[in-house]
Amino acid sequence: MATLTPQAPSPASTAAPGRGGIWEWITTTDHKKIGILYGFSSILFFVVGGVEALFIRLQLAVPNGEILSADAYNQMFTMHATTMVFLVVMPIASAFANYFLPLQLGARDVAFPRLNAFSYWLYLAGALFLTVSFFVGGGADGGWFGYAPLSTQVTEVVRMDYWSLGLQVLGVASIASSVNFITTVLTMRAPGMTLMRMPVFSWMVFIISFLLLFSLPMVTVGLIQVFLDRNIGTLFFDAANGGDPVLWQHLFWLFGHPEVYVLILPAMGIVSEVLPTFARKPLFGRSFVIFSGIAIGFMGFGVWAHHMFTSGLGPVAEAAFALTTMFIAVPTGVKIFNWLGTIWGGSLELNTPMLFSLGFIFLFVIGGLSGVTHSIVPADSQQHDSYYVVAHFHYVLFGGAIFGIFSGIYYWFPKVFGKLLNERIGKVNFWLMFIGMNLTFAPMHVLGLNGMPRRTYRYAEGLGLDVWNLVATIGSLVLALGIAVFLYNGWRTFRKGEVAGPDPWDARTLEWTTSSPPPEHNFDRIPVVHHEDDFWHQKYTTDEEGRAVAIPADLRPVVAEGPDEDIHLPSPSYHPALAGLGIFVMLLGLVYVPWGLIAVGVGGIGFLWGMFGWSLEPLVRGDH
Amino acid sequence: MNGTERHEGRLRVGRRFFRRPTGRFVLFSIAASVLLAACTTDIPQNSLDPASPQARDIDNLWWLVFWIAVVVFVLVEVALVVAIVRFRRRRRGPEREVRQVHGNLRMEIMWTILPVVVLAVIAVPTVKTIFDLREAPTPEENALVVNVIGHQWWWEFEYPELGFSTAQEMYIPAGRSIYLNITSADVIHSFWTPRLHGKRDAVPGRVNNLTYFADEPGDYLGQCAEFCGLAHADMRHMVRAVSAGDFEVWAAKHASLPEIPEEGAVASGWETFNIICVACHVIGDVGPGVDLTVPVADRLPGGSGDYVLAPNLSYFAEREKFGGWTFENDTAHLQAWLADPSDLKPMTPELNDLEEGRVLGMPNFGLSPEDISNLTALLQSLE
Amino acid sequence: MTAMTTPDLAGPGGHHDVSEARKLAMWAFLGSEVLLFGSLITTFLLYRTRVGDGPSAAEIFDIPFTSISSFILLMSSLTMVLGHHSWERKDWRQMRVWLLATAGLGMIFLAGQVFEFTEFVHEGLTVSTSPFGSAFFVLTGFHGLHVAVGVMMLMATAIMGFTGKLREDGGMNVGLVGLYWHFVDVVWIVIFTVVYLLAV
Repeated sequence: MATLTPQAPSPASTAAPGRGGIWEWITTTDHKKIGILYGFSSILFFVVGGVEALFIRLQLAVPNGEILSADAYNQMFTMHATTMVFLVVMPIASAFANYFLPLQLGARDVAFPRLNAFSYWLYLAGALFLTVSFFVGGGADGGWFGYAPLSTQVTEVVRMDYWSLGLQVLGVASIASSVNFITTVLTMRAPGMTLMRMPVFSWMVFIISFLLLFSLPMVTVGLIQVFLDRNIGTLFFDAANGGDPVLWQHLFWLFGHPEVYVLILPAMGIVSEVLPTFARKPLFGRSFVIFSGIAIGFMGFGVWAHHMFTSGLGPVAEAAFALTTMFIAVPTGVKIFNWLGTIWGGSLELNTPMLFSLGFIFLFVIGGLSGVTHSIVPADSQQHDSYYVVAHFHYVLFGGAIFGIFSGIYYWFPKVFGKLLNERIGKVNFWLMFIGMNLTFAPMHVLGLNGMPRRTYRYAEGLGLDVWNLVATIGSLVLALGIAVFLYNGWRTFRKGEVAGPDPWDARTLEWTTSSPPPEHNFDRIPVVHHEDDFWHQKYTTDEEGRAVAIPADLRPVVAEGPDEDIHLPSPSYHPALAGLGIFVMLLGLVYVPWGLIAVGVGGIGFLWGMFGWSLEPLVRGDH
Repeated sequence: MNGTERHEGRLRVGRRFFRRPTGRFVLFSIAASVLLAACTTDIPQNSLDPASPQARDIDNLWWLVFWIAVVVFVLVEVALVVAIVRFRRRRRGPEREVRQVHGNLRMEIMWTILPVVVLAVIAVPTVKTIFDLREAPTPEENALVVNVIGHQWWWEFEYPELGFSTAQEMYIPAGRSIYLNITSADVIHSFWTPRLHGKRDAVPGRVNNLTYFADEPGDYLGQCAEFCGLAHADMRHMVRAVSAGDFEVWAAKHASLPEIPEEGAVASGWETFNIICVACHVIGDVGPGVDLTVPVADRLPGGSGDYVLAPNLSYFAEREKFGGWTFENDTAHLQAWLADPSDLKPMTPELNDLEEGRVLGMPNFGLSPEDISNLTALLQSLE
Repeated sequence: MTAMTTPDLAGPGGHHDVSEARKLAMWAFLGSEVLLFGSLITTFLLYRTRVGDGPSAAEIFDIPFTSISSFILLMSSLTMVLGHHSWERKDWRQMRVWLLATAGLGMIFLAGQVFEFTEFVHEGLTVSTSPFGSAFFVLTGFHGLHVAVGVMMLMATAIMGFTGKLREDGGMNVGLVGLYWHFVDVVWIVIFTVVYLLAV
């Protein structure tokens, strides 16, 4: 039974030519390597964004803090949000999606491996571009939401040019990978892997790909308008000449709200994988979890204006968006109840990945409930842009998305690197993060209700804000310690981690049928799928009471396999990276028009060279 | 190694339900202390300490939703904690796999319908309050109109019916409806006095309305709630609700011109004002004022001259604080401000463009110590 | 689109068609483009009448001229269909002719747009005249950019046809370029209706 034992390297993988070194990573078109690249880049930016957050908290520890100037503070909170949203949570979901989508579907790669590599290099170009602005005039300082006309106001400084161009490029990168994932799901599933048998994590990736595909173009248009207003004198957001700043808010939040679900749905997918594995029960109400994800995706496009309840939409629009916003809580609740149903009656192994998933549920409930209070428009008119909102979305995005991601890291690390992260250090990591997170963000509810607005670099004494701000700062230090413990755990595991077998968790989905790490071609033979949680059904049957019974190894049915055929792997190519580099140079040039046009030209040549080389080179190694 | 074999012999379904009172006690005490802290009354910007019918409506709605949320929170989290405690894997005992339950249609329907019902309960008062709070005052209420105009980084208050404008402190008569026309002269701001009402954005080119009504005379602190650039944090305001009689007196004072003495330090300060400050500031009828009879809806932001460039300084001495209601209005702070405004408050006057109507802070005019003391004397004389 | 795939994987039915995958990807991409143009057109509709002191749509548009250039672009869809048809019949000579004809018509359209823009600027409408001007130039300019990219793809495909590099499983193929080209044409029909015909 090839799928249950570590696979011997097949001729195809040993025959891979010229491997090793940085060049291999630059030219890789292997979805797993690209996934690892995404993963490491996002962890790097996670540390950058975390340091920015610490600066913010240290500045606010006491009234009238003097650690940062107002200017530096505005850069910190703008770049903290931009970094965490676009350079950490989105790409780390991309890392998991890249690595595990093909493995979960029983495929050998994504549909378009070189497009996939291009997406990564484009992401890296955009990320470095955004960050480099710190060293050439300062980081973006108009808020991650870049409200016009503040973002179009001061043309003397290039910061918001870096911001608008950087986000556009990141958007293109995300659209490219969304197209790729959608096509992969629709055309690359193994025989028998019907859509409804697809693992829930893959489902969530599929859904967010559509969300990104349809939401990113809208903000791209807005970003282009901001850039043109700043640089060639268009009047899109110039109220003095008839432009309307509220247009930007619509364009931004038409993207911005689906984006919220883009950030949280992958984490929900991870939790839906981890809970069944460690509860030793299938996901409760699987189809309901999937359909509620789809419902969230659809409804996510109908609630954007709840970010604008104070901009004066008129009572009818406000009431309508209040109702849609309330009712998006229903599918979200369905997911939470189904997770409770999954662990209820299970046999819970409370290891680190499981703790993070359970922590996710605990914290996400809080964030979800405070989210419902935002839909109460009159109450929102008090909470909007106050620290209450900061508390809310950190419960959703840190307690939710980041805890889900950490669960995924602890869960899948042994598959990716072949070694188990240390359990005891992992538990310390979890508890520090859990306590730190609550200590940091729970007091912010009170701060907001006490009237502390967001994005303020200082506050006066005597406003009743001193104590809770100090508590939040202490909490952020605990949180930082937790992250440090995590980084140590990773570093330690690389050096002397316990070797993981192919299936250390007795898990349920196809990625665990391969060796750890999987061979370059993933599967010697393309699996044929008969069940949801197919791997579980290869290992277990149920007795008349419905309890799982292990099938003795020698009695396991020989699963029919796909046709034996030659394995074609995509050839390595430097063209995607070259095209990405070209874009980076072009962007730099665009900020410094007119003389930067030279750089635009040079970058353009690099980009076109990459694109043409890409179009003309053979697709598949050994397939000339 | 086969995962199945590893786990065999270890599994057992826990039957006993372990209560963990400590855990829940901690939870509740945190919630309780949060509530207590939020209810304290000596917090000037406490949104849960309403001082007007509007803020009370919002507050009532908030507490309704809050308690529903608390019930949901307790139910869900207790279920979660109970499940974790009850079904965690024991290391001893006979081996037994758990039942492979795939779902339950009835429960799915139940936990889809129940939240819908709860939300419907919340939705009705929400929609009602949305419409109630948007109602403009009727003519019988004889509302006072105040134009609230956001500038980077201070608030201006125009009283078009009374024919004057002021800044930083908004005087209103208690017990009378105040109809606010909120707009901006530059970027988006948001006008927020938490004890009186929720916030409303000041959007350039648009006018948003809000009705204020202070129950009692008193001081209500507020500040800008939409990020508006460098000194966003230092853009505060004070709403001073006074009795109807006091308001009459105050309004009569502002409708008249301040008296400047003929000689002394104040007179020298007035000379300096007329040379330097007058480019942006107004005192009485001197300086680049605007026509208050033009409705704000018909004015354009930017360089059109429809909005003043800097705070009106008539009767400056009555203000408790200045510079975005951030600095004590005393000699030390005034002199420090005049010596180098950007040293007190972060601003970027180097980007000013008066033609374009863009003022991002008061420049450092390199005033001599004598000028500074004269100007201070002038400002302190304007009571 | 320069998309590619590994050709050895079977889908749910054991059937995996490479060019189907690429076509699907192109459809997904075009779905995204719909929202791009949707947002630009919405912006235009919002600003249609905000002309400030500058010329209004009715004053400046030359409907007969734009009708002709629209007709030319529409014709290019016809030649594209013919090119696609000969590609399916593997009649490479015919295919090259039609592809180049399509590219040529596209270039005539672009020339018309450049002429139109120049005229408008002479008559006092620039991107900084009014929000109407900003929205008009950015919307039609973006469409023009898409036509230009399409022309480049048509030329590249035709040239690859000359040099024999165009294969069934090649990164770019006539089917994909055709999809893209028809999409750009349809967008123009919408723009012509909404921007030009409704505005006068």
